[in-house]
Amino acid sequence: MPNLKVLKNRIASVKSTRKITKAMQMVAAAKLRRAQEAAEAGRPYAERFNAVMAQLAGGVSGDSGPKLLVGNGSNQTHLLVVMTAERGLCGGFNGNIAKLARVAANKLLAEGKTVKILTVGKKGREALKRELGSHFIGHVDLSEVKKLGYDNAATIAQDLLTRFDAGEFDVAKIFYSTFQSVISQTPTEQQIIPADFSHVEVGEQSTVYDYEPGEEAILADLLPRAVATQIFSALLENGASEQGARMSAMDNATRNAGDMIDKLTIQYNRSRQAVITNELIEIISGAEAL
Amino acid sequence: MAEMMQFDLVSPERRLTSVQASEVQIPGAEGDFTAMAQHAPVITTLRPGVLKVVTTSGTEEYLVTGGFAEVGAAGTSVLAERAFAKADVTPELLEDLIKEANLQRDASNTDMAAKYADDLVAASTQIAG
Repeated sequence: MPNLKVLKNRIASVKSTRKITKAMQMVAAAKLRRAQEAAEAGRPYAERFNAVMAQLAGGVSGDSGPKLLVGNGSNQTHLLVVMTAERGLCGGFNGNIAKLARVAANKLLAEGKTVKILTVGKKGREALKRELGSHFIGHVDLSEVKKLGYDNAATIAQDLLTRFDAGEFDVAKIFYSTFQSVISQTPTEQQIIPADFSHVEVGEQSTVYDYEPGEEAILADLLPRAVATQIFSALLENGASEQGARMSAMDNATRNAGDMIDKLTIQYNRSRQAVITNELIEIISGAEAL
Repeated sequence: MAEMMQFDLVSPERRLTSVQASEVQIPGAEGDFTAMAQHAPVITTLRPGVLKVVTTSGTEEYLVTGGFAEVGAAGTSVLAERAFAKADVTPELLEDLIKEANLQRDASNTDMAAKYADDLVAASTQIAG
């Protein structure tokens, strides 16, 4: 039977843990709302953009298109852009993305491809360091960023495009988490170079657009932006997912702490009762002996 | 009364406006043009410039830095990389934008970057004046 003092300290410490997790949950809830609004606000642009791109890309035939669309003919070097959070304590959020990326990387390595990894967010870097550390080629630190802006995405995109032009990789994929709901976030893998618009539904194809300047000039102008747009929406999705994951993780933690406090309190009361009973027995048997 | 059409101006971060407009003056890469209802469907890239939207309640002006415009049967939408309402444009903002463009021009030394910087300067004098 643990002694009373130890139990009492234990209860106090679990109580303060519960306060912390409760506070974190509330902060995450507030941040989630903002992140969701940002993701919502960014959606019209991304949707329109992708729709137009899909339409344009559909018109490009064969291998004549820009490299960003049809690829540079090779499939040897893959760049994996792993986007995770800067902070932990958000359940399986970072772990799931890292796992998806690790599986993809190992698969590519098994096929004899060269894998390069660019990490966005500290946690993914830490998770992949031990196993795949030798493949790291760069890291983007967003821990100082208070509010995600398009500029952040544009910087990452610029970096990717420069590397692509320099022939550092042939195929680029991003790994992030899609926000489904507060309790469900799906780790997602998406190819961004060469651009893949096959998943975008093209609306009615009946409109025939005039292109000004030519179709290919527009495509060449828009493809780099498409990379930035996709990275931006991935970052926004990730932001919302992170807060959602943290919120539900902290909700669970708070509930667990509550259960634990209940159990410990019962145990504490029992021990206290046992001590009292013991004392009484001692007193009574002492009195009887006289 | 001119026929109205749906007009949307969106940037990656938010939707700036979504109104019924009678005409929209768009700074296209190949020259300015005005889109009105029933305009032939066209997709064009933008150069930095001033976008004017004429609605029933007056004319609104926006500074856009690039992107593209889509004029279709359903209406006109402009997807600008960066867009600012005229009221939000401050001299400091313009200065920053121009400085950035000049840096880019000096770094890349291409005609495109130079044109971008020139267009931006022209657009900023237009919106400031």
